[in-house]
Amino acid sequence: MPFEKILTVAFISGMLGAGMRLAMPILYGALGEIFTERSGILNIGVEGMMLVGAFFGFLGSYISHSQWVGLLFAVIAAGLLSLLHAYLSISLGADQVISGIAINLLALGLVTFLNRAIFGLLLLPPNAAAFQPITIPVLGNIPILGAFLFSQHALVYIGLILVPLLYIILFKTTFGLRVSSVGEDPRGAEAVGINVGRLRYICVLIGGMFAGIGGVTLSLANLNFFKETIVSGRGYIAVAVVMFGRWNPVSVLGAALVFGIVDAFQLYIQSLGFEAIPSQLLLSLPYIATILFLTLRVGGSSPSALSVPYSKES
Amino acid sequence: MSKEIGDDDIVEASNPPLKKWTSYIVDSLVVRDIKELGSGLLALIVALLVMAVMISAAKINPLEAYLALVKGSLGSLNGISETLVRATPLIFIGLGIAIAFRGGMWNIGGDGQLYLGALGATIVGVYLPPMPPVIHITIELLSGFIFGALWAAIPAYLKMRRGTNEIVVTIMLNYIAEFLISYLVAGPMKDNTRLIPVPESRQIAASAVLPIFIPHTQIHAGFLIAIAAAFVVWLIIERTVLGYEIKAGGENAEAARYGGINVLRMGFVAMVISGGLAGIAGMSEVAGVHYYLMDGITPGYGFLAIAVALFAGLNPLGVVLSALFFGALMVGAESMQSAVGVPVATIYLLEGLVIIFVLARRVLSRHRRSG
Repeated sequence: MPFEKILTVAFISGMLGAGMRLAMPILYGALGEIFTERSGILNIGVEGMMLVGAFFGFLGSYISHSQWVGLLFAVIAAGLLSLLHAYLSISLGADQVISGIAINLLALGLVTFLNRAIFGLLLLPPNAAAFQPITIPVLGNIPILGAFLFSQHALVYIGLILVPLLYIILFKTTFGLRVSSVGEDPRGAEAVGINVGRLRYICVLIGGMFAGIGGVTLSLANLNFFKETIVSGRGYIAVAVVMFGRWNPVSVLGAALVFGIVDAFQLYIQSLGFEAIPSQLLLSLPYIATILFLTLRVGGSSPSALSVPYSKES
Repeated sequence: MSKEIGDDDIVEASNPPLKKWTSYIVDSLVVRDIKELGSGLLALIVALLVMAVMISAAKINPLEAYLALVKGSLGSLNGISETLVRATPLIFIGLGIAIAFRGGMWNIGGDGQLYLGALGATIVGVYLPPMPPVIHITIELLSGFIFGALWAAIPAYLKMRRGTNEIVVTIMLNYIAEFLISYLVAGPMKDNTRLIPVPESRQIAASAVLPIFIPHTQIHAGFLIAIAAAFVVWLIIERTVLGYEIKAGGENAEAARYGGINVLRMGFVAMVISGGLAGIAGMSEVAGVHYYLMDGITPGYGFLAIAVALFAGLNPLGVVLSALFFGALMVGAESMQSAVGVPVATIYLLEGLVIIFVLARRVLSRHRRSG
């Protein structure tokens, strides 16, 4: 294998830069899921919510010629879908895994239908305004680090700023502590006057809105088009990243970066055209990595009341 | 789940209640399922109405669309034949999902296990020397089961030994299986004897083909095997100690453990059987429909089968009816697409809605009973 092709500054900085971008959809999905799961609700519907976000984001930008309007569309659409999950799992106490599966099916059907109805008749591929890379002066010129951190699109910067911010919200504010108490011991939380149902609704909504941003990162920033397979498992990987990152935004960023870089690595190796390594093996690397990381995960336990329906009466 | 453990639970866990087998059929088919079926049908009607609104919004007449759906699936011998053919893998995977879910294991990996089962069947069908069909098909069936079961054994083992979440692992294995098959049919297993080689394996031997048992249709013996499998699975779940232990572990792990049941091992067993059944679905697709292995041999049967199993209230005999219904829906959706241009994938929307309404109704009726 021609290692000299890999061990160049251009290759490594390109790969790391791409790795950062590829980590972002997973990071957004996972950051939202941290809130959802910490409040005691499991949401495997992240996959479907990201898909809805990717589609409505693209649609919004296509209509308005502004990627920020697209972002707003995505957040609203995915947020609404998450309220359905909240209604089923919190108000009705339905099984959260099944509700999540239903949401993913629903999202796939809805998005396919709308995509064909709206874009299916166009002769040319639709154009939508996208997030462009912004190079920060001076810092952007640092070798490797510049490409990794300082020459990215806006959603990367926002994601990176959100990580410490959410860490503080989760661990240093009353709101964050309440979220955890609801996920650990809903009955006790209720006893000290916390409205368990309402707080869980808020957390599921946060999760959905973040998943929407994750979707937009795919369709308006990392790529600039929409297809129905655009998410292809990243929502589920986000759920895995939350477990692996032990419900902590900082560790979750680390885990998301590992996946982003694995993904970038396989893309870059493919682009070099090694005949010896089957492309299918490279393509399956992120999925294999997910299983390995979940298996190797040590310590840290999930919120005690995770995925257990709660009702005041019983 | 931390339910209070009462004395009743312990007694029940150690003494499986023995009833006459006929009462099980009465219980499972009549009393329970009329309620389940009722809630399912209502859910379906509501889902169809919601979809009708969407279809009209796209300026398509929903009545025309639904007429095309019914005509396409049930309006001709061809349509009925196609419906049974589509229902076959749905029955196998749906049965597997019923076992896994009842055992408290979330098997979302039906598609990956189907792929592996198809691989196991193709290897036996292509590379074994000629032999009498009965023997060849039996080995092929076993091979499909074993390959699917082994693929499911990965998440099952990780869950049992390390507590790894099986939902994520089964889904990841779906993607990995798809890439694996794609690699094999484009590389080592590719049929290079053809004039224009495409990424497909060689054809299986004639003795490995599941015969068509109704002339002038595509309905192959796989459908009969699926019906038989439904009875076997029903027997396992309702009439054997194994089935009892699987259910006990799924319903109330705490109480089951008190009753001396190894809940972790039962989860493993449920998952492996579940994967084996999905593997047979793959075998049946290769041996009864395609005759070779290729990319995209499953158009998402694994996910659809979750809807099938839930619609049937996880009852094995109900799975057959439910699979026939969803099979008809798949075939009908294709006619709907060609007749009025509603994309096939729209039925995912319908299925999502059906699950949601089934969930909602079941939970609401539970609340009403308890409150």
